[in-house]
Amino acid sequence: MEYNVKLDIFEGPMDLLVHLIRKNEMDIYDIPIAVITAQYLEYLDLMKELNINIAGNFLVMAATLIHIKSRMLLPRPPEEEEEDDPRLELTRPLIEYLQLKEAAEQLKLRPLLYRDVFTRDFLAKEMEGKEEGLIRVGLFELIDAVRKMLLEKKEEDFIPLPSPLIPIENKMDEILDRIKQLGRILLEDLLPGHFTRAEIIVAFLALLELVRLQKIVVYQEIEGGNILIYDFLPPATIS
Amino acid sequence: MNEIKSLLEALIFVSPTPIGLKKILEVVEDSFPKKDIESALSQLLKDYETPERGLYIQEVAEGFQFRTKPRFSEWIKRLKKISPARLSKAALETLAIIAYKQPATRGEVERLRGVEVDGIVRALLEKNLIRIVGRKEIPGRPILYGTTQRFLELFELKNLSSLPSLEEIKALSTDLSEDETE
Repeated sequence: MEYNVKLDIFEGPMDLLVHLIRKNEMDIYDIPIAVITAQYLEYLDLMKELNINIAGNFLVMAATLIHIKSRMLLPRPPEEEEEDDPRLELTRPLIEYLQLKEAAEQLKLRPLLYRDVFTRDFLAKEMEGKEEGLIRVGLFELIDAVRKMLLEKKEEDFIPLPSPLIPIENKMDEILDRIKQLGRILLEDLLPGHFTRAEIIVAFLALLELVRLQKIVVYQEIEGGNILIYDFLPPATIS
Repeated sequence: MNEIKSLLEALIFVSPTPIGLKKILEVVEDSFPKKDIESALSQLLKDYETPERGLYIQEVAEGFQFRTKPRFSEWIKRLKKISPARLSKAALETLAIIAYKQPATRGEVERLRGVEVDGIVRALLEKNLIRIVGRKEIPGRPILYGTTQRFLELFELKNLSSLPSLEEIKALSTDLSEDETE
């Protein structure tokens, strides 16, 4: 049986172009279109080989590049000025994109709430009554939380004995039972005391499966905060 | 005067969201002259500028709010046991585009970034950093997005016009050449 792992990438064709222009130290106002088109297509081939899902917009960009290249080959009337440089079709959006990328970088440098500065936590108080203002947790937040638990557990905390692995189904039942009893549980509650790396992963997979089956919902009080696990009911209705 | 200052301090302290001058005046104007309230407020802000205070009062999202000084962030994180709020690069870029181009449709963001942003837009909505502000009157009437008060709070912005303008951000000189100069 062949395992066909497809990797997704989160960067788009614009990022690839920026990468190539930077790598080649090209002048953005005078992009050697033949060179960059060749390199771009080379990357696409490589990505296919690496089994990375290539979104359609990568192909659109490839078509755009080839189109510009072909227009560059056509003789242009002498009175045409730089205004009509076919490459502007590429340069303009690139410059705008770079500006906005830089704007995003600038935002990151500001005093960021919950990273650099903090306010009084009114949310925590409110949470004891109604549970509004919670943040639905996605896959990546869950992975983050589990990663943090794995990191926090120092090596000596792991019992080196081989412990029998609990099947995921059992872990799922256990989680549901505890939520039924307690209304809500913390992610950490799933793993009291000593546990192994494998147990963390089993708990994590069980959680994911329960979320997928819509048996539970997972919330955070604040970004990066404790992970709260609820029965699949809007939390506002739990009193 | 000192009494007004203390009162303002108390009001800002209990307010769950940044409290604006308008709100402050609503609450206390019949007891004190507006002029005195305004000067007491600026005096209060100055008082907190001294280094021995752990807090400062920041004008953010059109209001005033107590914040802890950045140099204490590590200890506060230990107390609250949280890891820093994180926005992925893709999310931050999408947020920046919406902030600068608002009101903007998803299609407009996608055209700029060259990637689909469906999932990111949904995540930003859930985090209350962007909101739906209407629909664009073009075929398909796509949803228009803008940023929220929460966005201003997160990035310590007084209002949207305190964002540096795109002209100020010299993308090319800083961005494309940084690899060589650094």
